[in-house]
Amino acid sequence: MFIVIINSKKCKGCGLCIQACPKQCISYSKQFNKIGYHWAVMIKKDACTGCSFCYMVCPDICIKIYEKAN
Amino acid sequence: MRKVFSKPKSLKSVVFSYCPGCGHGIVHRLVAECIDELKLRESTIAVAPVGCAVFTSDYFNFDITEAPHGRAPAVATGIKRTNYDKFVFTYQGDGDIAAIGIAEIIHAANRSENITVIFVNNANYGMTGGQMAPTTLIGQVTKTTPFGRDPKKEGYPIKLCEILAILEGTTYLERVSIHNPLNIVKAKQAIKKAFQCQINKMGFSMVEILSSCPTDWSMTPIEAIKWIDEKFIKCFPLGMIKNKL
Repeated sequence: MFIVIINSKKCKGCGLCIQACPKQCISYSKQFNKIGYHWAVMIKKDACTGCSFCYMVCPDICIKIYEKAN
Repeated sequence: MRKVFSKPKSLKSVVFSYCPGCGHGIVHRLVAECIDELKLRESTIAVAPVGCAVFTSDYFNFDITEAPHGRAPAVATGIKRTNYDKFVFTYQGDGDIAAIGIAEIIHAANRSENITVIFVNNANYGMTGGQMAPTTLIGQVTKTTPFGRDPKKEGYPIKLCEILAILEGTTYLERVSIHNPLNIVKAKQAIKKAFQCQINKMGFSMVEILSSCPTDWSMTPIEAIKWIDEKFIKCFPLGMIKNKL
């Protein structure tokens, strides 16, 4: 199982990871962060396949991916 | 838990000053990952340009110096000739390398200086507010070409890789893009090959990276990467331009 951690303080809400995710796991948050953007949040944690597309397209490098043994 | 993907060690954990969706962040990560993988962090000296990437010294975790506008290849020449055991690369935008600095890049390439150039092409002058650059496409609307670039008045886009390819001094020239994950992987491979070219003392190498500038193109980040796919790549075809490795 893969765990995607998105840094809400650094995310600028560009939406590239939302568009790149093949399983549509990521969406925008409802609140604003300190720098004034809707940051990206994981909404379907179980559907993630660990493809790392979100990490690759993130221009602010605020995504970390961990693998957890079942 | 095993960490699969996270920020490379050659990048500091600060918030970039770039606009949302800007391609510079992705190029920074690719360069930092290649430096980490080749274990060059302790021996790297980079030369920063004038442009949006002027603050790269705040983001990269290795030695960086600043050059006057467009003169990064000349500064890198001096650094490399005096510190020949160091790894030297320049990071330049299209306004820096293809407009004011085109003489420096052509002569550095012609002398076959053993340096690497990372050329980020976003088809306009990003930092100053989106004016026309030499690489602006025909018909593209910018702040100084409000009716689109007209070749009769403003000329044609400069393809720097093709210009440098006819010089005997160049060793490795490739044009890549970062508009989707597949092309990002290809871009990383190209940067790594260019770095390897310098490590093996093979001469001048350059990677041109087509990048997005959503704010100055007046698009959303997603529209911007679609524009790269539909129009930018048609004018600047991707692929290997020259490889003497």
